[in-house]
Amino acid sequence: MSGPLLDIRGLHVALPPGSDRAFAVEDVSFTVGEGEIVCVVGESGSGKSLTARAVMGLLPEPKVRASAGRIDFEGRDLLTLPPSERRALRGERLSMIFQEPMTALNPLMTVGRQIEEVLIVHAAKLTAAQRREKILALLDEVRLPDPPRMAASFPHQLSGGQRQRAMIAMALILDPKLLVADEPTTALDVTTQAQILRLIAELQARHGAGVMFITHDFGVVAEIAHRIVVMQHGRVVEAGTADSVLNRPAAPYTRALIAAIPSLTPAPRRPATSARTALRVTGLGKTYRMGGGLFSAARAVHAAKAVSFELKRGETMGIVGESGSGKTTVARCLVRLLKPDAGSIDLDGVDLAPLSRGALRPYRKRVQMVFQDPFASLNPRRTIGDILAEGPIVHGLAPAKARARARDLLGLVGLDPKVAERYPHEFSGGQRQRVGIARALALEPEVLVADEPVSALDVSVQAQVLRLIADIRERLGLSIVFITHDLRVAAQVCDRVAVMHRGEVVEQGVTAEVFAAPRHAYTRELFASVPGRDWIAPALDAPDGAAAQ
Amino acid sequence: MLGARLAFILRRTLQAIPILLAIVVINFLLLKLAPGDAVDVLAGEAGSATPEYMAELRAKFGLDQPLPVQLFNYMAKVAVGDFGWSFRHEMPVAELVLQRLGPTLILMGATIVTAVGVGSLLGLLAATGLNTWRDTLISVLALVSYATPLFWVGLMLILVFSVNLGWFPTSGMETIAAFHTGWDRVWDILHHLVLPATTLSLFYLALYARLMRASMLEQSGMDYVTTARAKGLSDRRIVYRHVLRNALLPVVTMAGVQVSSLIGGSVIVETVFGWPGLGQLAFESLFARDLNLLLGIFLLSAVLVLVVNLAVDILYTVLDPRIELR
Amino acid sequence: MTDLSEAPHGQGAPTTRGRAADFWRRYVRNRSAVAGLVILLTVIAMAALAPLLYPADPFSLAGRPMSPPMTGQFLLGSDTLGRDIAAGMAHGARTSLLIGVVATLVAVGLGVLMGGLAGYYGGWIDDVLMRLTEVFQTIPSFIFAILLVAVLTPSIVNIIIAIAVVSWPALARLVRGEFLSMRNREFVQANVVMGMADWRIILVQILPNCLSPIIVAASLLVATAILIESGLSFLGLGDPNVMSWGFQVGAGRTVLRRAWWIVTFPGLAIMLTVLAINLVGEGLNDALNPRLRERAS
Repeated sequence: MSGPLLDIRGLHVALPPGSDRAFAVEDVSFTVGEGEIVCVVGESGSGKSLTARAVMGLLPEPKVRASAGRIDFEGRDLLTLPPSERRALRGERLSMIFQEPMTALNPLMTVGRQIEEVLIVHAAKLTAAQRREKILALLDEVRLPDPPRMAASFPHQLSGGQRQRAMIAMALILDPKLLVADEPTTALDVTTQAQILRLIAELQARHGAGVMFITHDFGVVAEIAHRIVVMQHGRVVEAGTADSVLNRPAAPYTRALIAAIPSLTPAPRRPATSARTALRVTGLGKTYRMGGGLFSAARAVHAAKAVSFELKRGETMGIVGESGSGKTTVARCLVRLLKPDAGSIDLDGVDLAPLSRGALRPYRKRVQMVFQDPFASLNPRRTIGDILAEGPIVHGLAPAKARARARDLLGLVGLDPKVAERYPHEFSGGQRQRVGIARALALEPEVLVADEPVSALDVSVQAQVLRLIADIRERLGLSIVFITHDLRVAAQVCDRVAVMHRGEVVEQGVTAEVFAAPRHAYTRELFASVPGRDWIAPALDAPDGAAAQ
Repeated sequence: MLGARLAFILRRTLQAIPILLAIVVINFLLLKLAPGDAVDVLAGEAGSATPEYMAELRAKFGLDQPLPVQLFNYMAKVAVGDFGWSFRHEMPVAELVLQRLGPTLILMGATIVTAVGVGSLLGLLAATGLNTWRDTLISVLALVSYATPLFWVGLMLILVFSVNLGWFPTSGMETIAAFHTGWDRVWDILHHLVLPATTLSLFYLALYARLMRASMLEQSGMDYVTTARAKGLSDRRIVYRHVLRNALLPVVTMAGVQVSSLIGGSVIVETVFGWPGLGQLAFESLFARDLNLLLGIFLLSAVLVLVVNLAVDILYTVLDPRIELR
Repeated sequence: MTDLSEAPHGQGAPTTRGRAADFWRRYVRNRSAVAGLVILLTVIAMAALAPLLYPADPFSLAGRPMSPPMTGQFLLGSDTLGRDIAAGMAHGARTSLLIGVVATLVAVGLGVLMGGLAGYYGGWIDDVLMRLTEVFQTIPSFIFAILLVAVLTPSIVNIIIAIAVVSWPALARLVRGEFLSMRNREFVQANVVMGMADWRIILVQILPNCLSPIIVAASLLVATAILIESGLSFLGLGDPNVMSWGFQVGAGRTVLRRAWWIVTFPGLAIMLTVLAINLVGEGLNDALNPRLRERAS
């Protein structure tokens, strides 16, 4: 067979009438060859996922449909095939893995049974025993421990990484020619992500399938791509080999995107100028008790165990770790959304840990928080002005003055003061996060606790918000506790970092030193798992806002 | 696994005890809230009684003691199955109530099976034929029967199918005078059962049809359905193997929740159709002002609900592997 | 340095009036909801005009007993005692709506209070409430209502009390669930961190965000309350001094064979009213669009 395995030409995906634009995907063309991994990269709204679904024939038709162009697979145009033939191809010649393996698997069916279904539908000749043999062999190949037990398990009984492995097994059971992977590692922790990426690359090499890999993460791209397609607003802005796009990007958008990626090498920074301590945390502990009743003893989960660190004035202290490491629990204890079971939180000689709600009130304003989800952190029924003014009003400022200050704060975080009259739903994620920061600043705190403040944002917006936080820290002399799972962000933002694992701080120190020579085994594993760690982004000069157009 | 399930059942049974206690307390409070007590009733029955005699009677029944003591005595009696004396029927409440339990169980069983079975089937049909005439028809029927009072449905069914068409008997559970035995008797009871069971089912059937339709639509939008499509499964297979079972879970939950309301509905249906169960007994005792009997029925029906709920819980653990038996 | 990469999503600030207009536009898009609203308004008009249309006591004997519809002065016929059915229905509408609305208001008040406190504070308040609603879910509510009315003696007030008592736990559960999910929203946590008082968080921040489901549930509760009321008065537990649809049906039951109209028309009235309220409730649900609400918050 001549020509590429998959050849997309002039693909348009039309949105229903009344949407904010006519096409989600416009005039997209690229190819995927046999045995090739092509990464389709873009931020949210770039149309990358819909392109993948158009290839699979999984668009939510008739509302969203491929309206023009062709998708040739092994020489046949998929878009003109009758539905029954397309269905016959799916699962056998073309298969797909998804972002969220928990919801992508049927909760009421065992993993083995769900894999077996592919065989029942596409390989009717196999006997039950042959099917079982094939499934167990593949479960072993995706390195799931104890395949017979895994096959008999329900999805909720597996870990996130195990579920994704099972998904991969399901996709590969019939040796498809093309594997479409839609952000398959985004929902996973960084160490698990590294394992899954390695697995995909390895299986791809062994089975010789073509892979169309959708992602927003250039680190992941650098890790596995042979060729790269960059999409923005439904169009392809640049395509080429991994080397050329990563190291010599041509399109302004690609250049801006790559420039926005935080480097893993910590930025050089001044030594802490002040020796004064803003916040001293000693032996902080928080234990949850789960379940427990008449017949079963309660299970104790140590979300945080003997956590100690010191935050100097004007310094940013990073707390890094994977999900479940306890970093968010620590953040919540610091702002006293949670009451710690043990330890002290010393703010200028006052221990916040044991204070009652009432006794805490005067100290509340001195430690404020920036939240992760810009869509959940603003009350949808209040105007931006109200949201910014309510804190100062609670602490006794006259409403008129509080409103005036709200307008000043909007200017400070780079928004037009006139937006004070508007409601949160009128703003983008990045703009909302600016409002969230302004709200925290409204009370003129000394310490800011930022809980994953940029992880819900696209990379170009992320860079702008990080710059804003750094800028504000300088200007207002804030001390910041910065919680993140992203080591790149930590490298750029934090003066010092503490690495958490299973509720404990396993290592802490000056960022540059920890990054240069991690001492603890877990820290080393964590660093080794950062996708694209060997790729050093080229130095590009990206003017502010270039990512925009 | 069997041991775990047994422990689960035992634990659920124990958890039901405080609820039962609470209901007994409510029962007792209602008894106390009522104007007049058992002695007043007895005195009324006897025609006249001297105050001295009434005080003596009160002492005999323990009615002169402080409330907590009376509550304790009441609970002790209930614990051994003594629900008091029905002055109207001149027999122990427990005995009377147990006699009438059977017909109610038949009616309830038939209703639950019809409502859940036909209801989910209609919901499935509506959801698979979304926005076709089938869907519209089922949705309109569901809306109407959801809005119609039970007693009126019953009367209209009697008017049409008994009075005008003469297909079914108007009331009772069996033709007493015929002295049927064996299968003839079963057949006769079934014949009598059709209209009351239909009446009581219609409302819940509508509820489950709507719920099932909504649940099917919700499940159809889930990620695992996309996965199933990506595997190349046919729409039929996706609906019957994947969506259906997930969509049934909320219907089963709702069926459990609705049992208590269903027993309430049986008071009306049994009254309309002269079905000799607990509901009709409740109606009779209401007019006889036989409070002891009414409270006994109340307590027994609550126990019935607890038992059915337990059965639903157990069924649920079979249907949904995510429920932990621990 | 403004955020150029993402344009603001909407234009202009939505005013209260703009929101109401939006709401109305979405509501009228649902044709059955409009039909429901029309029926409901007719019933309300009937109730309001009853004293003018039929100034006489609906219990009074107006003519020959058991007259069929459209005979003599009776539009919908008369019952066994010669009472005008149409007059009874007009006055019965007042009873049904009054009891439905007031009982719902009481139940919503109780439900929001209990559910809100339980959902916001959790802990023992929540435990107590959940046990309590479990008990109420176990008690057959209609039998409980019968018992309450029988014990308290039948009157409008006692019927309202009985219906409210059996209705509030479901609402409390709903409100609790809403509050529980709101309690963990980041904007509420931000309010806690800024030191806002609890009552202010509950009333100003959380409650407005839970209003849509409460309004929808309340509208359905009115329908259920009317059904319970009709059931009670059918069994003879209605207020003896007030005409009601359930009572009319109950009174005509024994002469079903000879006078079908006595039972049929009041029953139709109950059905249409409840249907209309359910349709309006669904329309409200669509117009307040919980899915959009979840996405936006």
